[in-house]
Amino acid sequence: MKPVAAWLKGRSELGFAALLGAVGAIVLVDAIGLKVPYQQSDGLGPKTVPYIVATLLLVCAVMLAINVLRGGAAEPEDGEDIEIGTPIDWKTVVPLGLVFITNIIFIDTLGWVISGTILFWGSVLALGSRNYIRDGLISVALAVGTFYGFYLGLGIHLPAGLLKGVL
Amino acid sequence: MLMQGFSTAVTPINLLFAVIGVLLGTAVGVLPGIGPAMAIALLLPVTYGMEPTAAMIMFAGIYYGGMYGGSTTSILLNTPGESSTVITAIEGHKMAKAGRAAQALATAAIGSFVAGTIGTALLATIAPWVVKFAVSLGNPSYLAIMLLALIAVTAVLGSSKLRGFASLGLGLAIGLVGMDPVSGQGRLIFGQPLLTDGLDIVVVAVAIFAIGEALWIAAHLRKTSSHTIPVGRPWMGKSDWKRSWKPWLRGTAFGFPFGALPAGGAEIPTFLSYVTEKKLSKHPEEFGHGAIEGVAGPEAANNAAAAGTLTPMLALGLPTNATAAVMLLALMQFGIQPGPLLFEEEPVLVWALIASLFIGNALLLLINLPMAPLWAKLLQLPRPYLYAGILFFATLGAYAVNKQAFDLVLLLVLGLLGFAMRRFGIPVLPLIIGVILGPRAEAQLRKSLQLSSGDPAGLFSEPVAVAAYLIIALVLLWPLANMVLRRMFPKTALGFDSLVEPAFAEPEANEAVAGQTGANAIPQAGDVPADEHHDTGNGSRPRS
Repeated sequence: MKPVAAWLKGRSELGFAALLGAVGAIVLVDAIGLKVPYQQSDGLGPKTVPYIVATLLLVCAVMLAINVLRGGAAEPEDGEDIEIGTPIDWKTVVPLGLVFITNIIFIDTLGWVISGTILFWGSVLALGSRNYIRDGLISVALAVGTFYGFYLGLGIHLPAGLLKGVL
Repeated sequence: MLMQGFSTAVTPINLLFAVIGVLLGTAVGVLPGIGPAMAIALLLPVTYGMEPTAAMIMFAGIYYGGMYGGSTTSILLNTPGESSTVITAIEGHKMAKAGRAAQALATAAIGSFVAGTIGTALLATIAPWVVKFAVSLGNPSYLAIMLLALIAVTAVLGSSKLRGFASLGLGLAIGLVGMDPVSGQGRLIFGQPLLTDGLDIVVVAVAIFAIGEALWIAAHLRKTSSHTIPVGRPWMGKSDWKRSWKPWLRGTAFGFPFGALPAGGAEIPTFLSYVTEKKLSKHPEEFGHGAIEGVAGPEAANNAAAAGTLTPMLALGLPTNATAAVMLLALMQFGIQPGPLLFEEEPVLVWALIASLFIGNALLLLINLPMAPLWAKLLQLPRPYLYAGILFFATLGAYAVNKQAFDLVLLLVLGLLGFAMRRFGIPVLPLIIGVILGPRAEAQLRKSLQLSSGDPAGLFSEPVAVAAYLIIALVLLWPLANMVLRRMFPKTALGFDSLVEPAFAEPEANEAVAGQTGANAIPQAGDVPADEHHDTGNGSRPRS
């Protein structure tokens, strides 16, 4: 590993500081671009609060960066099912994200029953379950059940998609 | 008024929702990775078309139920899901290991019932007084009180102030998105018509609480299954009752006022209760080995704090913990304006909600005493199903609100933000409170300045406002004062640290941690201000 990469590895928090800075900058630029019609009743105008928020974010970004460079480190959140101290398991997180994106792309065309089944089945697989048939049956049951539950119980019509007419 | 509330709350349909609420609440309290705040956030879309009163009754049941369920797992499994049950786990799990799980569960459940009932009675008595006082306040005072709540939640809770303020800033930025109500200008909408109405708060809450949490747990999922201590039906003997009733009452006395303060939370009173019981106990040698007082007191404090939290939430529209924040979102979703006028405009809802808290508490005692062993079985649910289920229902709920796939994109983006926040130790609560209170605080600020014709002195025109700003200054300057005190009296500070540490540390790791903190105490105090809480943090934060 190159020295720069090694140095950066323990300081991934700098990335979060950069995110804070970026959000702060966007808020600032957006606020500058606002056109303010003069209004007697609104002396403060729409710009002031965004300026305050942008300042807060930028100051936090700089201070967080300094804090990290001086050796400060975050405490990752603990929890009941969490093994703290282990590296992030990207082999679980990335497939979960991909399944989620698949659902976003197909929910309107394929319909909730199919995309929801893919969402649950895919997530269960990504999380390490290997009981394919039981997982599949539960996925279909959940997707169909919620479709009719929302339709009959709440009057919310989820998209039927490809199965229009069947359901 | 309360009687009227009872007559609303005992209608069959509302009773049914109270039962559903307490069952769901206990379940999510027992289940790892999902807590009352996330459960309510996931239910927000489903309750959209419901009668607000019924929905709020169900949410109140979830809130109280989560407390009962949480104590069950911390006693049987030594996994405090929330920082407020850390103390329960210390003595409770020791009791369970010594074969006294039944008594520990019983004193926790009965103590929660006693504290919850007294706390709710206090809420019913005090909230109308707070309202009477609050309606006489003007915009500058509201602004100051909201700022106090924002800053107190950010600066007092959590282990790092800097990271708290970063979270607050993100929340305020999210709150800015959309049309400015005064000038009609679109802020942070980037030409996207879908953003003009602002980010749907339901989507934000579901993303941060559910998606972020599920992804974070998925990234570190425990591979080894933890061991639950088998237990029979909870019961207590005569001597257990004798040793429990005073801690229950004292715990209640600690819990309620702290819960009612902005940023008081439930952690400090549970800890204070534990220390007090240890001091007053006739069996101090049992502490650390399963003393029943150490379960009874903190559990009572925890539940009384929950009731206390509802006081500012209902009377002032100020949420001070995650669950109260999500409940407030629910009110806003129904088009109900939170604030002191709530009692005047929605008396039926408010009093039915308070009455249902009494009912829910009694129901919880009934379902928790005989059914504790059954609840513990919930822990056997395979984890892939649990977390895939959270993702599935979060997606479904966020989509159902507006039925547009764009909301799911927001859900993913904000969910990844929630994931990153958990990774980098950024607390979630300031963000949510910022989203809720930010726009309201801005409206108060602009109204205040409008009244004073733009003169900033108008912000300080009311005594309550001045008092609130003084408290804010105190909160912000406290670490500085603390640092000076520690420099001047290093011995006292060290003594306090050693008093505080052992109780918070895991009993098994007691010696190692105590040695470590002893060495850390002095350099930490003079270190970067943002880190001064590290030595008391213990890594446990409220579960969403």
